[in-house]
Amino acid sequence: MSSTFDTVANIIAETCDIPRDTITPDSHSIDDLGIDSLDFLDIAFAIDKAFGIKLPLEQWTQEVNDGKATTEQYFVLKNLCARIDELVAAKAA
Amino acid sequence: MRPEVFKMIDRVVSIDPSLNKIHCQGLVPQESSIFEGHFPGHPIMPGVLLIEAMAQSTGWLILARNRFEKMPFLATVKEGKLRTFVVPGQNLDLYSEILHEGSGFVVARTQGSIDGKLICSAELTFRVLPWPEGKMKAVVMKVAEHVSFPLTEFVDA
Repeated sequence: MSSTFDTVANIIAETCDIPRDTITPDSHSIDDLGIDSLDFLDIAFAIDKAFGIKLPLEQWTQEVNDGKATTEQYFVLKNLCARIDELVAAKAA
Repeated sequence: MRPEVFKMIDRVVSIDPSLNKIHCQGLVPQESSIFEGHFPGHPIMPGVLLIEAMAQSTGWLILARNRFEKMPFLATVKEGKLRTFVVPGQNLDLYSEILHEGSGFVVARTQGSIDGKLICSAELTFRVLPWPEGKMKAVVMKVAEHVSFPLTEFVDA
């Protein structure tokens, strides 16, 4: 978890020019860090490459739009990192 | 090529069987209203239209990959470089290569050359979205025929 978070936080800091020390596991990437959807494409690209996965952004967006999930479930960083770990584990299985 | 109506591609020359690369061509016309203002007495292709040509070339590749299920829309231009003037009568070769296909987006590296000389290049990101309501898909399919896009290979009957 910690290494996943460090990788993701470093990606966000570098991609969005956000001071690394302001990014915490409880940060909401949209509400707290102000990352917009276009910047999030760059972040998703970097995360996909770094972890060898494909973040299911379309599915997540659909679930949020349909009221089946909240943005916190996917875009608070500790939750995002947990999803990444799940995807990495699923790929390795 | 008819840059005044954003028809930047004349022909899809080839699509790699892996669907990772495409080669397109566009002949810069001798006459276009674009050149009346860009520039009077010194006609050169606007750099933004070279970016557009690279984007359209990449767009055909993305459409091939998703079999026209969704439409790519240009979202980000990175490392855009316009190395030299492109003038009427020159034939532009456009090449694109997929770097990554994510969920709802595609990143590609693209470049244009004339007689083998690199003219322009960029890294482009596209959002790939459901077709808008209306006739857009039908229009794009029609344009596909005009640019010799191999529709039968990439569109389900």
